[in-house]
Amino acid sequence: MHASVRPAVSVNINAPTVTPGRETSAPTSLRMNISKVNFFYGQKQTLFDVNMGIANNKVTALIGPSGCGKSTLLRTLNRMHETVRHARLEGEILLDGQNILSQDVALLRRRVGMVFQRPNPFPKSIFDNVAYGLKINGSKLPLAEAVEKSLRHAALWDEVKDHLHKSAYELSGGQQQRLCIARGLAVEPEVLLLDEPCSALDPISTAKIEELLVQLKDLCTIAIVTHNMQQAARVSDFTAFMLMGQLVEFSPTPHMFTTPSDPRTEAYITGRFG
Amino acid sequence: MAISTTTVPSASPSAGSRSFISRLLNGDEIARIITFLFAASVVLITLLLVLQLWHDSSLARHKFGFQFFITRVWDPNAEQFGALPFIYGTLVTAAVSLLLAVPLGLGAAIFLAELAPQKISDTLQFFIDLLAAVPSVIYGLLGLFIVVPIMREVIQPFLKSSLGFLPFFQGPAYGIGFLTAGIVLAIMVIPYIISVSREVLLSVPRDQREAALALGSTRWESTWRVVVPFAKTGIMGSIFLALARALGETMAVTMVIGNAPKISASLLSPGYSIAAVIADQFTEATGDVYLQALVELGLVLFLITFILNGLARLLMVLTTQKGSGMGHT
Amino acid sequence: MNPRLRWRKFVSNFMLTLTGVCAGVAVSVLFFILGYLVFHGGASINWDFFTKLPAPVGELGGGMANAIVGSAKLLLLASLFGVPIGFFGGIYLSEFSNSSIAFVVRYAADLLNGVPSIVIGIFAYALVVLPFKHFSTLAGAFALGLMMIPITLRSTEEFLHGVPRALREASMALGASKWKTIMSVVVPAAYRGIMTAILLALARVAGEAAPLLFTAFGNRYWSHGLSEPTASLPAMIYSYAISPYEDWHRQAWAAGLVLLALILIVNIFARAILSRGSAIPRS
Repeated sequence: MHASVRPAVSVNINAPTVTPGRETSAPTSLRMNISKVNFFYGQKQTLFDVNMGIANNKVTALIGPSGCGKSTLLRTLNRMHETVRHARLEGEILLDGQNILSQDVALLRRRVGMVFQRPNPFPKSIFDNVAYGLKINGSKLPLAEAVEKSLRHAALWDEVKDHLHKSAYELSGGQQQRLCIARGLAVEPEVLLLDEPCSALDPISTAKIEELLVQLKDLCTIAIVTHNMQQAARVSDFTAFMLMGQLVEFSPTPHMFTTPSDPRTEAYITGRFG
Repeated sequence: MAISTTTVPSASPSAGSRSFISRLLNGDEIARIITFLFAASVVLITLLLVLQLWHDSSLARHKFGFQFFITRVWDPNAEQFGALPFIYGTLVTAAVSLLLAVPLGLGAAIFLAELAPQKISDTLQFFIDLLAAVPSVIYGLLGLFIVVPIMREVIQPFLKSSLGFLPFFQGPAYGIGFLTAGIVLAIMVIPYIISVSREVLLSVPRDQREAALALGSTRWESTWRVVVPFAKTGIMGSIFLALARALGETMAVTMVIGNAPKISASLLSPGYSIAAVIADQFTEATGDVYLQALVELGLVLFLITFILNGLARLLMVLTTQKGSGMGHT
Repeated sequence: MNPRLRWRKFVSNFMLTLTGVCAGVAVSVLFFILGYLVFHGGASINWDFFTKLPAPVGELGGGMANAIVGSAKLLLLASLFGVPIGFFGGIYLSEFSNSSIAFVVRYAADLLNGVPSIVIGIFAYALVVLPFKHFSTLAGAFALGLMMIPITLRSTEEFLHGVPRALREASMALGASKWKTIMSVVVPAAYRGIMTAILLALARVAGEAAPLLFTAFGNRYWSHGLSEPTASLPAMIYSYAISPYEDWHRQAWAAGLVLLALILIVNIFARAILSRGSAIPRS
């Protein structure tokens, strides 16, 4: 509902210039803007002065070694950090130019959805899982139609259309994760956040989901955290490399993986650490 | 056992028996046998208990058969013994107690598991555990001298005046009766519901809650629509546990229920429960049939709590199975 | 914010507050109970209460000395009966048995644990009262001891299980027999947990009146030896409370306060000790 009504704010990304001959990224609009973000767990600071943008209708990947803060950053984008008692966020995060901290959190989370590392369907039927968000937020389409639409978007419809009322737990791991994606898509978010969505899955399921993500960016903006560099190279348009809570480099993906600007990025990408 | 490596026949003819004896005198074997006897005695005692209940109710069982369970009359003088009033009273008081205890207990458990910070949750749980340790007679004491007067002066008249058109709230306001017993029982079983439900709720995986919140649920929606249903089986188990306790409760009930073998739709009416009638009349039972009828009631009570406890245990096993895996892949 | 969301947030805050109220109500019951007991019973606790026998019916004054001593006797005997069975049975389950025997024993113990206390009383009556044709301390102790067995058994087994394998192996590698290992290494390691479980079991049966109603029965005088009926605190509270005498009611409150105070102190003490170790098994 919101995605089609709100125009994205047009701002230039602070990315390095594009060399001719490469795929151009024309001045792209930003769906979300992160500025001067610092994050604390109690006394310990885990994010330091992060500034970046999430491009509209593109896939942005966050990569970096364990503990670099990429998941932490992702979780601030839909204020999930607020479920942890001693977490504190400083700085500004804008969604379509509005500060997310000044909005109602339930409303925000409908606009910015999340898929988690391990598939976590509810103890309900497949249908009810997808319909959950629609039931609490209200839906403009009849439920059955909206559910089918989401399942199609998640490339799961054909596999489950005759079993909608079976328990979600009867699905395989890969199917459960696609169900979680369908569940997230059902409320028509503007942004979908994915936190290492394939790390618990087998290679075939992983491939299916990667294929899915590339198609989904027409529907919404995607931000994905991954510890798998090849995955980032395969699916994303922009990549952010983080190290020890800092954003080290942010570039269009082809540039990041062929000619990284920062020596630390190069060291990570060539496997010298991580 | 002996390995022969030579052609010379082995030394002593009693080598086998010696090893048996030495095994027998070995401290470990003795220890094993003795501790086994202790463990076996537990099984024996339990068997004996069941057998005794069965055997010592035989007169009554043969005399009354299945009629026992549907006869309303309990008249020791005429040697007419029907269990219906006690079964009725036991069920009604248990039902009332659950109606009050489950919402309150579940609500408290939700607060302790979802809202309260860890320290407060643990402290409050500590107090709740202490509540579970309060003996039945003390609840009876408070029931008799605090709850009964309040019921008689305030609550029962209020119920009569506002809801007296319903058959549940008719008749004189004595203060004692089914409702009072149900209320006292509710207070007694709440700690069980809270403790078990809280534990089950705490064990719901974090990412269930997060998934619900990430879809834009309010905190209540994520708790009520996702977390609690996930913990459903364990919560049911806690209710069965509470029910089993309520059914077997003796002292507090006999002190406030009125001890009258009546069947009445009105909750204000005095009544009786199985445990209460045994407690009340066992020492005054004259004649074998009378006594054995009471024993038969004990047998019935035993069977009911046995089944309930079994169901509760089954539910708890199912809960742990669910929590450990995501189902089939 | 749209009206629907406003309503949902209102419902959320309302319901969550309600759960807090529920928790508050549940916990405050404990303080009400304590408060009332102190209020009603506190004034009646005096030296007489602890030292005098009950006065003849209708007369004022008197105390519950015989009930206090009676309860103590009953608990002591009950422990002598119930604790060894539970303890050594638990050792068997943890150290010696195979899984099918263990299953049967555990099942029997759980069954016994779930038997309503009044039914335990019937069993004790049939076994210890009927053959001798009179009520006795022995019968009461038997009933209470029965109730202590399952808790002691399960706790012993659980705490022994919790002792790390490495400890046992170290002892046996030094040449100690299994039994010696158990008694000098494993049991001492689990000692704290087992002791507190026994204390909790004692606290639980100390408050039971139902199984005593037709076993120990009651006594307005001193009970001598083991084969006479005896007074006990819980049973006395019951009979005084349902009596028509104000003075007896007053004494029932006092007795209730003493009984509950003792039980709570043991519980708090046991749980405090245990919380510095492993968790308490659910009884």
